[in-house]
Amino acid sequence: MLSNRERKIVERFEKSRKIQSAGSLRSQIGEEETFFTMMRRMARENKLAVFSAIVILLIILAAILAPVLTPYSYSDMDLMNRLSPPSSAHLFGTDEAGRDILTRLLYGARVSLLTGVVPTIMSMLLGALLGVVSGIYGGWLDDLIMRLADITLAFPSMLLAMVIMYMLGDGLINVFLTLALVNWASVARIVRAQTLQLKKTEFVEAARVIGVRRGKMIFRHILPNCLPTLIVLFTLNVPAAILTESSLSFLGLGLQPPSASWGLMVNSGRQYLYAAPWLSLAPGIAIMVSVLAFNFLGDGLRDVLDPYQKK
Amino acid sequence: MADNTLEIRNLNTSFFTQHGEVRAVNDVSLDVRRAQITGIVGESGCGKSMTARSVMGLVRYPGRIVSGRIRLDGKEITGLSKKEMCSLRGNELSMIFQEPMSSLNPVMKVGKQVEETLRIHQHVTKEEAARRTEEIFREVGISDARSRMACYPHQLSGGLRQRVMIAMAMICKPKLLIADEPTTALDVTVEAQILSLMKRLCEGGTSILLISHNLGVIAQVCDYVYVMYAGRIVEQADTCTLFDHPVHPYTRALLGAASSLRSGAARLETIPGGVPNLLHLPSGCSFSPRCEKCARQCQNEVPQMLPVSGEGHLARCYFANVPEE
Amino acid sequence: MVRNALQRLLQSVLVLLGAALLVFLMLRIIPGNPAAVLMGEHADATVIKRMTEELGLDQPVLVQFFRYIADALRGDFGTSFSLGKPVSELMASAFVNTLILALFASAYAWILGIISGVIAAVKKNSLPDRLFMGASLLGVSMPVFMAAMLLQFFLGYQLKWLPIAGTSDWTGFILPAIALGWNSAGSVARLVRSTLLEILEEDYIDTARAKGRGQMGVLMVHALRNAMLPVITMMAIQLSGMLSGAVITETVFSVNGIGRLAVQAISSRDIPLLQGTVLFSAAIVIIGNYVADSLYNVLDPRIRKEA
Repeated sequence: MLSNRERKIVERFEKSRKIQSAGSLRSQIGEEETFFTMMRRMARENKLAVFSAIVILLIILAAILAPVLTPYSYSDMDLMNRLSPPSSAHLFGTDEAGRDILTRLLYGARVSLLTGVVPTIMSMLLGALLGVVSGIYGGWLDDLIMRLADITLAFPSMLLAMVIMYMLGDGLINVFLTLALVNWASVARIVRAQTLQLKKTEFVEAARVIGVRRGKMIFRHILPNCLPTLIVLFTLNVPAAILTESSLSFLGLGLQPPSASWGLMVNSGRQYLYAAPWLSLAPGIAIMVSVLAFNFLGDGLRDVLDPYQKK
Repeated sequence: MADNTLEIRNLNTSFFTQHGEVRAVNDVSLDVRRAQITGIVGESGCGKSMTARSVMGLVRYPGRIVSGRIRLDGKEITGLSKKEMCSLRGNELSMIFQEPMSSLNPVMKVGKQVEETLRIHQHVTKEEAARRTEEIFREVGISDARSRMACYPHQLSGGLRQRVMIAMAMICKPKLLIADEPTTALDVTVEAQILSLMKRLCEGGTSILLISHNLGVIAQVCDYVYVMYAGRIVEQADTCTLFDHPVHPYTRALLGAASSLRSGAARLETIPGGVPNLLHLPSGCSFSPRCEKCARQCQNEVPQMLPVSGEGHLARCYFANVPEE
Repeated sequence: MVRNALQRLLQSVLVLLGAALLVFLMLRIIPGNPAAVLMGEHADATVIKRMTEELGLDQPVLVQFFRYIADALRGDFGTSFSLGKPVSELMASAFVNTLILALFASAYAWILGIISGVIAAVKKNSLPDRLFMGASLLGVSMPVFMAAMLLQFFLGYQLKWLPIAGTSDWTGFILPAIALGWNSAGSVARLVRSTLLEILEEDYIDTARAKGRGQMGVLMVHALRNAMLPVITMMAIQLSGMLSGAVITETVFSVNGIGRLAVQAISSRDIPLLQGTVLFSAAIVIIGNYVADSLYNVLDPRIRKEA
């Protein structure tokens, strides 16, 4: 309901509040917020986040409707039309084998979105589970999990991804696994920190006093309360995964041709950078746009849900 | 004229928010007499801090002074340039804040922070600044001054921090010291010490504007008191008169609540209703929705400050001069 | 405070050991005998067997691990399969290039990031603020390889100002440094801006103004020093990230640094080299985190006392 600036003012007004009177300025303007009203507030205050959400929806739609949207096939070669610049027949031009770049972009969106979303879900599940267990049970289990997280975070993520890819070998599933294994640690740390905070709150204390089992407590009380954090983390981790995948593919360590991932397209276009820059430029811009959109949306969500800053 | 260190006339300060204008300070006029302690009392959010900040020129965006005149020692200070205001602040006009912990820079030694005030306004050598700082530390009752100067704020107790704040404000011997809830964050014993220090400063010739929600604090040290409610001054009188013969229903209610607390009455007296929303002030007297004496006139028109029997006693109430039945 | 520092040091060493063990195990899971890879496809079985024994590959994995660690502590990381030179020697010469690149990149990134962050915070919502924050967003979300290729295309190929790739002289480091630093410039600028905005709301900023400090004085003496605490931590972590090998940047611009060495190790299935570079990188990251923590402790008197 209140903008941040206004809330600060209200807080300033109220800071020295010592005489208790029946109502306060804050409750008059209305401070209580549900998840739904928060989303509405974001929609009203942060147009950029809304715009980003629309862009993401459009990318998803385009990926699903790829066969309908384009007359070309993503793998059919047309050697008469190699490296042709953007034209009305080929909006973004064609690549070294005469394939339509727009078509490959649309199909590439499928791969890139999948490599953004699937490993992120995997790493979030793994991280959230380990983080909650670590926070609830404590003791040696906590130590073990947290040291594992420390070790995972000790590697530069690109290098760790390269080594895991090397260990697992090529293929889409292995890319998923790799990205999940690289990203779980930070999720686990954040969820653990939040679990520890929640553990101190009265309702969890109360649940423990009346003898709710710990397993039940995790699913009833802890995880639902971590949900806002997880939503924000999700929107911020998806673009990170897309970037890592495209970097891996760019180095030739991720997916292999003839798959059409955006990173792979940038990589294969690199040889023709000077003769036909659109080969790399188009997928590169596609990566940037989707990463930006996810980041904007994530920032907007964080501003309203604010899970980090809650003390 | 010269016996008023500070004169505020018809000051209006507002915040311009998305929801409209919040009138934090509404047509406030007040005087701070030379070498006296003048108090402003009222609930949180009634505009007392904003009045102080307006004087200091420290109102934050989106707030600003809309109109009014402020005179320091007979000299007009509204409309001064930023640079001129800077040379006044800390020098002739200083302020201490409520929260002595967060009001000190956490990564700077307190000695340095006090010296800083001096070195902004006067050309003194490092040694001279350090010497004067040590001196002022002693004056405000910080024992072991030299070693305390090398401390960081978090290493000092709340009372000591507030003494540091006072030292910082007093080192240039300002004409006016504004103290915004200087003892609210402190223990009662420390509060008494700080208050007696402020009394001593006042006896030394400094005029003080003391802001507090605490009637006890006001009663202990102030010579003259203004009561604020919802951005307006509703009653003003010298301290004895105000506490003995409060006229405005709000002042009475405040005193009633405080005295029922003190006497340990079976039921705490409270003021019914809540503080009005400053965005949508009632059209008449701001206190009318909570006032048991409220008449039609009160709801339609804002009353003026009316003189009450007794010198220098004014109240913003139509019933100010109606004797109690 | 000393005790705390030692405690953290011990913890860092343990994490490094764990990291080493992890890499070691991962590279042993891969099917195929490294000795066979080393000797080529047509080597006969007895030769491979002799090689296996020579490399100690017939021993239990843990024994191999501790032998490796013992050797590593003496500076011996084994010999590269593909290049035939000691891994430590290869890493040392690669690190020089990585170091130059990282220093170039971070110097410009920090100067640019801090200055634009401060301007953006002070002139909040002004045109420069929007411009800087837009540029920093591009910096944060542009993949490094995109930035690298755009730089190559425009500054290297079209304008011919700077060499496209290779580091035959120092000018070869400029483009990769810009590409590498772009990202951190963006994140530094954003962090400086947001921290500064937060700090400008603090009570002690009011105090500073009440003392008579002007805008500049408040900013320089009081706000910036407090705002730099998290920024310096971030910069230490960024620098260690760059020093641990900028895989993409080094590959695109053919800078023979640690990152490129790791890529080469992977493409030639050179396990000792890969193991060495990855471990080296992990060590740099861990040291970076340690330094960042320590810096924070030294710079913030509040933590200094608690520790």
